[in-house]
Amino acid sequence: MRLAEHRYRSISSIRGPLVFVERVFQARIGETVTLIAPDGKELDGEVLKIDGKQALIQVFGETHGLDLDKTSVTLHDSVKRVPLSKACLGRLFNGSFEPIDGAPMYIPESWGAVSGAPINPVARGYPSEVIETGISSIDGLNTLVKGQKLPIFSSAGLPAQELVTEILRNSRLPGEGAFAVVFIALGLTFHEFNFFQRILDQMSNQFVAFINLASEPVVERLLAPRLGLTVAEDLAFNHGMDVLVVVTDITNYCDALREVSTSREELPGRRGYPGYMYSDLASLYERAGRLLGRPGSVTMLPVLTMPEDDITHPIPDLTGYITEGQLVFSRELHQKGIFPPIDVLPSLSRLMQHGIGEQQTRGDHRQIANLLYQSYAKGRDLRKLEAVVGKEGLLKEDRVMLEMADSFEATFVHQGQERRDIGQTLDLGLQLLKQYGVYPE
Amino acid sequence: MKGKVTAIFGATVSVDIKGLQLYDRVYVGQHRLTGEVVHLELDRTTIQVFEDTRGLAVGEPAEGAKAPLTVKLGPGLLGGIYDGLQRPLTKLEEQSGAFISIGKEIFPLDRQHSWTFKPQKSVGDSVAAGERFGQVMEGALCHPLYSASGGIIDQIIDGEFNLSEPVAVLRNGEQLLGWHAWAVRRPRPCRNKRPVERPLITGQRCIDFLFPLMKGGVAIIPGGFGTGKTVLEQTIAKFADADVVVYVGCGERGNEMAGLLSEFGELSDAEGRSLLERTIVVANTSNMPVAARESSIFTAVSMAEYYRDMGYDVLFLADSLSRWAEALREISSALEEMPGEEGYPTYLGSRLSSFIERAGVVETHDGQTGSLSMLLAVSPPGADFSEPVTQSCLRVAGAYYLLDTSLAHGRHFPAINWVQSYSLSGQKAAAYFQEKVDQRWLDMQHRCRDILQQEEALREVAEVVGMEGLQDRDRILMKAAEKIRRDFLCQNSFTEDAFSSPEQTFNKIASIVADYDQALSGLDETDRDADAGGAHASG
Repeated sequence: MRLAEHRYRSISSIRGPLVFVERVFQARIGETVTLIAPDGKELDGEVLKIDGKQALIQVFGETHGLDLDKTSVTLHDSVKRVPLSKACLGRLFNGSFEPIDGAPMYIPESWGAVSGAPINPVARGYPSEVIETGISSIDGLNTLVKGQKLPIFSSAGLPAQELVTEILRNSRLPGEGAFAVVFIALGLTFHEFNFFQRILDQMSNQFVAFINLASEPVVERLLAPRLGLTVAEDLAFNHGMDVLVVVTDITNYCDALREVSTSREELPGRRGYPGYMYSDLASLYERAGRLLGRPGSVTMLPVLTMPEDDITHPIPDLTGYITEGQLVFSRELHQKGIFPPIDVLPSLSRLMQHGIGEQQTRGDHRQIANLLYQSYAKGRDLRKLEAVVGKEGLLKEDRVMLEMADSFEATFVHQGQERRDIGQTLDLGLQLLKQYGVYPE
Repeated sequence: MKGKVTAIFGATVSVDIKGLQLYDRVYVGQHRLTGEVVHLELDRTTIQVFEDTRGLAVGEPAEGAKAPLTVKLGPGLLGGIYDGLQRPLTKLEEQSGAFISIGKEIFPLDRQHSWTFKPQKSVGDSVAAGERFGQVMEGALCHPLYSASGGIIDQIIDGEFNLSEPVAVLRNGEQLLGWHAWAVRRPRPCRNKRPVERPLITGQRCIDFLFPLMKGGVAIIPGGFGTGKTVLEQTIAKFADADVVVYVGCGERGNEMAGLLSEFGELSDAEGRSLLERTIVVANTSNMPVAARESSIFTAVSMAEYYRDMGYDVLFLADSLSRWAEALREISSALEEMPGEEGYPTYLGSRLSSFIERAGVVETHDGQTGSLSMLLAVSPPGADFSEPVTQSCLRVAGAYYLLDTSLAHGRHFPAINWVQSYSLSGQKAAAYFQEKVDQRWLDMQHRCRDILQQEEALREVAEVVGMEGLQDRDRILMKAAEKIRRDFLCQNSFTEDAFSSPEQTFNKIASIVADYDQALSGLDETDRDADAGGAHASG
């Protein structure tokens, strides 16, 4: 341990967000660094790589105006930590954890590690309690449970932000308990920021928001979700709250990762994304969970945009391998004017089975969900046949299934701005099943 | 052997210790993180660290352990839950809480647990190195202890002992312990390797009947996300007729591991023993350090071999091998090695085959037969099976169960594609089942395949003309094929149906085929009647 700050003026090269400093004494990996530009601008950074007396520093923030001679670099001999307190609730921060709502920074009660520590698998509690989002196609057919990570696979031009809004506004616990939303927005346009700001102003749920704008440094895009998750873990496991973490948009995160990786001259993998993207994404997603015998949970709802609607693109693909299911948007449903345009057939919640039923939601939940799924799948199949042989060529019972599929989309999936609790969702499903004679008497 | 840290890049650390050997274990930094020597050069040694290096500084101390990374083998492994370095996760939780902290080294076996030792040698007997000198009961499993060296026995325990004391002492003063350490990356030797002979009963109809896995064989299960790899592996882990099951969660989801642990704890086998009692779990989830993920399958396979060497049938399941390969890729690229296909190191194929070849049927040192079978899940990116990991595995695996995304979307589980999957030991297994279950096993298999193949051809026609447009004969075939798919190949892992014995499997397919034959012969009769009626009318 040096136990002292050291200041250097020995930068040998600056490349994008990366700065090489020479003749450094005993640097530490992940050590926080402050750079002061000739014009007095202060920038934060951290040590990424050390080779003998040379240290490579990754700078958070815009490196404009740094130079080799006059810029000073201070190494603080400590690893970056996150200020934690329940006072963060209701606040807005940027990707460097600076308040952007005009109020001053709070006084932290404790400090947490940015990247957290992995949960010991034997200490994990299996997710089995529902979080109600107010959206029928999620609550009814792809139920979200505490401790789960369930991503939304959207495509360019589809209303992912609108769905996020509905979820921010409407999600709640069906039972007792303290609930909070951590909202992490990465690479937002100013227009979107405005939109969300209005929503956050009217929120009835407790929330913390981390906003990184599209014009802000990419490195902060990598930092913001980690800060948000550390806060979420603190609220969940130290204050016993059930925390829903909404991250939008993971595609911006991955692009930032690619950009930084390339500037570090790392070997590119599929589509230029780094080979460690799976592990990197897992280091975010896997922080969702519950602990055995302790209150509180971290549930994640990441949103990503599938480039060219391609579900095999590395971002949705790697995400799907880590998360417990996915909610897939459909352009076709969107064009029919259905909101939210969630296609329930490729969507899946892997942990749903333990979260529904008599004890948790309702005794007939499983049956209603299965029947709806089966009949809709049948109806969708028949649409293909209808395209070939025409409606007249179909059997009468098949025509009924076709109608049912249409009405399922129009009444069950479509819900506009309406909030439905799980009971209402199930009643609606039951009514549909009975109307078309699918429900066994 | 002491020195200092000279450079750090992620989990790769250079130290200035002299005299280290390749794959030696090294303790790095103040927190004594565990690492392994991966490169040796004249002026620097590169260490792959198995834990998070955040906060590590240049100049911190490093120390060579003068030995490679080892697993500790002895009674008490069964029912254990370990990480990729064989640290017992339950004890780790007791010591450091719900989150895993760095720099903890815990002895993997319980040294306080008292075992009842039944000696097979007495004082004055001579014992050879590797010879069995007694046994303990590990749950319901008889766990023999083998002597580490040869000599004349001077003292030997009869009854209670624990792992911190010697079980026997030889005349030359050498102590025989109840456990020993084994280098993770070295395959355990056996007297002889033997050809595979008997099938492993997985209880999955599709596998046992169409694509059998042999005891000592290797099967790979590639499938995109959501195709049910994990559920299939866990179901087989629960019910397969193996004596010992080793399950490695390699770079997968933490919640899945939690589910497996709680479920295995609750479930019990036919004799009422908890499933965990025959299972060893190695859990290295995707957010635990990457290098430990790479070593986790070697840690696990060494424990599997240990039980194989006692003459047991061991089933080794890994979920998933792709994550292991990715860990290898990350390590290789951190070492700035020349990349091969898709960035994987060029030694991926040889590393994989040397690992997979640790499966097999062996003659153990005391003349018994043990087997180690492997069932390895592979997660190909974008469900594209031409990628390097799937292809490298195919060269050495004896069975291939391709999980089909479209079957999974149609909720057909297990989503094993019956056209593209294969098993190289179909004949051998069929011969076994013909003797044990029914002489018609192979015939029935041909019939089943035939019906499914004909359906494949007819389905395209049916898509154009509709079911109505098909001939009666074809419609009956389509019905039978659908019944095979729905009732025979599909199997719900969450009901009683999760395990189907070979007899049940055979009866089920035989009755479907019999119904089909009956429907066909009924059709022939009506045809004949119609012909006869026609002839009469014209006459």
